[in-house]
Amino acid sequence: MNVGKPIAFRTRGLTKTYGEGRSTVHALRGVDLDIPQGEIVVLLGPSGSGKSTLLNIVGGLDSATQGTAHFLDQCLTEMSSSALTRYRRQHVGFVFQFYNLMPSLTARENVELVTEIASDPMDPDDALALVGLRERTDHFPAQMSGGEQQRVAIARAVAKQPDVLFCDEPTGALDSATGRTVLSVLRDVNEKLGSTVLVVTHNANTAAMADRVIHFADGNIREVIENNSKLDPAAIEW
Amino acid sequence: MVSPLNRKLLRDLWRIKGQATAIGVVIGVGVMLLVMMTGLTASLTETRDAYYDRYRLADIFAPASRAPERLTTRLAAIPGVAAVQSRVQGRALIDIPGQVLPVQAQAVSLPDRGRPAINDVYLTDGRLPASGRPDEILLLQSFALAHGLHPGDQLNATMNGARRSFDVVGLAQSPEFLYTTAPGELIPDDARFGVIWMSRSGLAAAYDMNGAFNEVLLSLTRGANLEATLTAVDRLLDPYGGFGAYARADQTSNRFVTEEISGLVAAAIGVPPIFLLVAAFLLYIVIGRIVQSERGQIGLMKAFGYTDGELGAHYSKLILAIALGGALAGCLAGIAAGRALVGVYTDYFKFPFLVFQLEPSSFLLGIAVSLLAASAGGFMVLRQVFGLLPAAAMRPPTPPDFSRAGHLSGALGRILDQPSRMVLRRITRQPGRMAASMLGIALGMALSVAMITIYAGFDRTIDLSFSVVDRSDVRVGFTHPVSTKTLFELDRLPGVVRVEATRTVPAVMSNGLHTYRGGLIGIPAGAELSRAIDRELEPILLPPRGVVLSSALARILDVEIGDVLDVDVREGRQPVLQLAVAGIAETLLGSPAFMSLEGMNRALGDTRRVSGAYLMIDQAYADDIYMALQNMPTVAGVSLKSQARDAFVTLMNTGAGAIRYVMGAIAFIITFGIVYNAARIAYAERARDLASLRVIGFTRAETAFVLLGELAVVTLVALPVGAVLGYYLSFGIAAGFSTDLYQIPAIFDGPSHGQAALVVMAAAIVSGLLVKRDLDRSDLIEVLKTRE
Ligand SMILES: Nc1ncnc2c1ncn2[C@@H]1O[C@H](COP(=O)(O)OP(=O)(O)O)[C@@H](O)[C@H]1O
Ligand SMILES: [Mg+2]
Repeated sequence: MNVGKPIAFRTRGLTKTYGEGRSTVHALRGVDLDIPQGEIVVLLGPSGSGKSTLLNIVGGLDSATQGTAHFLDQCLTEMSSSALTRYRRQHVGFVFQFYNLMPSLTARENVELVTEIASDPMDPDDALALVGLRERTDHFPAQMSGGEQQRVAIARAVAKQPDVLFCDEPTGALDSATGRTVLSVLRDVNEKLGSTVLVVTHNANTAAMADRVIHFADGNIREVIENNSKLDPAAIEW
Repeated sequence: MVSPLNRKLLRDLWRIKGQATAIGVVIGVGVMLLVMMTGLTASLTETRDAYYDRYRLADIFAPASRAPERLTTRLAAIPGVAAVQSRVQGRALIDIPGQVLPVQAQAVSLPDRGRPAINDVYLTDGRLPASGRPDEILLLQSFALAHGLHPGDQLNATMNGARRSFDVVGLAQSPEFLYTTAPGELIPDDARFGVIWMSRSGLAAAYDMNGAFNEVLLSLTRGANLEATLTAVDRLLDPYGGFGAYARADQTSNRFVTEEISGLVAAAIGVPPIFLLVAAFLLYIVIGRIVQSERGQIGLMKAFGYTDGELGAHYSKLILAIALGGALAGCLAGIAAGRALVGVYTDYFKFPFLVFQLEPSSFLLGIAVSLLAASAGGFMVLRQVFGLLPAAAMRPPTPPDFSRAGHLSGALGRILDQPSRMVLRRITRQPGRMAASMLGIALGMALSVAMITIYAGFDRTIDLSFSVVDRSDVRVGFTHPVSTKTLFELDRLPGVVRVEATRTVPAVMSNGLHTYRGGLIGIPAGAELSRAIDRELEPILLPPRGVVLSSALARILDVEIGDVLDVDVREGRQPVLQLAVAGIAETLLGSPAFMSLEGMNRALGDTRRVSGAYLMIDQAYADDIYMALQNMPTVAGVSLKSQARDAFVTLMNTGAGAIRYVMGAIAFIITFGIVYNAARIAYAERARDLASLRVIGFTRAETAFVLLGELAVVTLVALPVGAVLGYYLSFGIAAGFSTDLYQIPAIFDGPSHGQAALVVMAAAIVSGLLVKRDLDRSDLIEVLKTRE
């Protein structure tokens, strides 16, 4: 473990179950995890292994059944819902697995929806330019392809210049070229702003750009690998 | 710059404009009815009062046989009396060219010089009679219009037995004669009773009243004691054959106008709130469902860090836009409709001018109810969503438990095809939503049932009054109570099939503080033509002693069978009788009290006196019979039942009762709006599922069936529920339409229920077609591509 960097996220015995009785699903089974600040962390694992659940809890979107999760010195698992709202508003950027754009807002307005309440946001047009969508700022989600919608979602997440960026399958629907562009944007945010970036993916090649790769299976960590030879996203094989 | 949230708001409103308009219209129409009715009644009351005030309608009317003019000085000295105006008045008969029967009229004196201090006239055409011209007269405008008479026309009239010719020099209206009713009749009719004004000296000569008067009018100072003044006036007039002074409240025309206005007030108080509540219920349901459909987006915005307060404010704007938009439009429409209706009723009541008055409290009430219902619906759902963690809110709502509906597998499962099973599943899986939609449509059905039943109730009132209670063809009124021998003369006329005696005496009936000034009707034993009937429509046997009251009068006097009434007879020797209530009769017209004719004559100390007769005649002899009646000196007036019935129908279709058509139209709009909203919201909630069905190969018809089948089932369940609710609702609405003049019964009427069901089903079919059109037009890809 790197001694110099402070820990952004720390979980201990983090457990999440859905349902009761015989139909109980154990999504997380006592996860102990430390994520240092300013790192790019890639979470790899089969579908249904609990990656999204973990992301949702440390992102302040969901509650844990047991155990604790801390962001710096704040205990997320003990926060009130309004404190969690403040946490998400001040520190967190999200890219969801499903694009989750507001259907009645244009690309730019979807970004503005977030920059509107951020303390130090980028210009929404610049954020869209970063993901290569300068030309389509006035289009509605229904007028864009899945990949374009996903890029809007990424522009929306980075535009607030967040301390932490959570991305759930951000490149799932993208072709290799756009996929690389998007990963470069994540890397730029990490380098220029020092944001901690947590990426969930099933594309093992993405791991090449990470500082740290966490292999997840059946609700728990199987292996954590530190990557000392990070690749430029542009060089990643698809 | 418009914030993204506000832009979202505007676009969402635009997107749901169809639904938003449909809700807005329903609540708007509810508010409109409220604003319209309160504005109407406030304006009419205000106008009536202003008219009475400007034309100085008397506070007290005191008829007498013949009192010397000098008595006015003593009357003026009574404490509380502000002004006194004596006059001469009498019965007259006006000949109408081309008509066998003359028309009954009242002749009223105008001062020889100047205007009357009390009961002034409003000259609408021509001029006042010149002083010293006893042959010049004014005619009541409405009567003149009904017969096409104009200033400059000649007119023959019989006064006090002498036939004379007059010049009509002007037409006038008067607050005293807004409504004119021939003696012995209940229903006012412009054509069948006239008013003649002429100079005092001329009229005094005709009625032998030189230096005397037979009626005195008084106006009171503010705060005067009415009862004490009436007593004082009676005491002064008693030696001169006073018939009992009465207050403005008991004056025929005013009583009628006031009854009609209070009929409207009752309808205004009783009916619009029911409509508004139904509309509010719909608003509550639909707004809730709209917010519910935004659940995913609310979760997303929460994920970005929007606070509950910010989101609450955002959705409040949506709710406000729809509810307030509808309510405000309703207020404006209500003002416009109220104004239009006031115009119609001003003509109807013959007010010469109009004071338009708005009732601000109705705006506030309408807007408050709309906002409350919409906010309750919206915030109920918002609170639920706010209670969820964003991760949960962003997920589609937990799919309801299939397992319960999953066991369709048995016999039923094999019979039903896949689309039918989907319809059935949704209904069983979301019983709450289905129940809300069903209840909404049931309320629509209830409104329709209640309104259509009211129409049947009006018909029932007419039918009962003119076919069951009164089965005669002609009613004859005598100049004074005559001996029963006169009836034999009538019976001898060729074409007269049956003659039945009747006697009506004016009387003030009282039970403690409850009093009513009306008529006591004597009916002979074994009467066939005019009867008192009970609830089962069977004739009531009138006991030798005691009175039988109409249900309306029993309510007014607050008495039951066995109670004893004080009956102050205002005729002849004017005895005060103590009569026990022996029964309650079911009349829907007026508030009569019945006695056995023999019992009445005994109580009055008379033998075999009658004041009128009912005749059943052979129509082939009608004209001969009318001619013969006209030539009988004791006959004061003849009225035909067909005319009375027509007058009543006209009254119910132009007076307070006419408002039922306006309300019926509004009920229809609300019913349609409810059904349409139910269809729209079901479509909005299922657009994605339906698109998926189309994608996997279901045909348009099958997909439409899944959506419309649900609407059909909900509607069919709603019909019987609505029928029952409507039955109870009709009591409230019937009470709202009933006045002292006529009562509208709440009845169970099969055909009305059938018609209401047809209305609701037609609304469901039209709504279904409108929604199906949208479904067919919808862009499958667009629906599926955007994930909420
Ligand atoms: N709301 C929920 N209710 C019940 N089970 C859930 C819910 N969300 C996730 N799960 C279950 O929890 C497990 C982990 O899910 P998730 O974290 O989405 O996996 P991943 O993101 O790794 O594919 C899965 O078995 C999934 O079925
Ligand atoms: Mg996942």
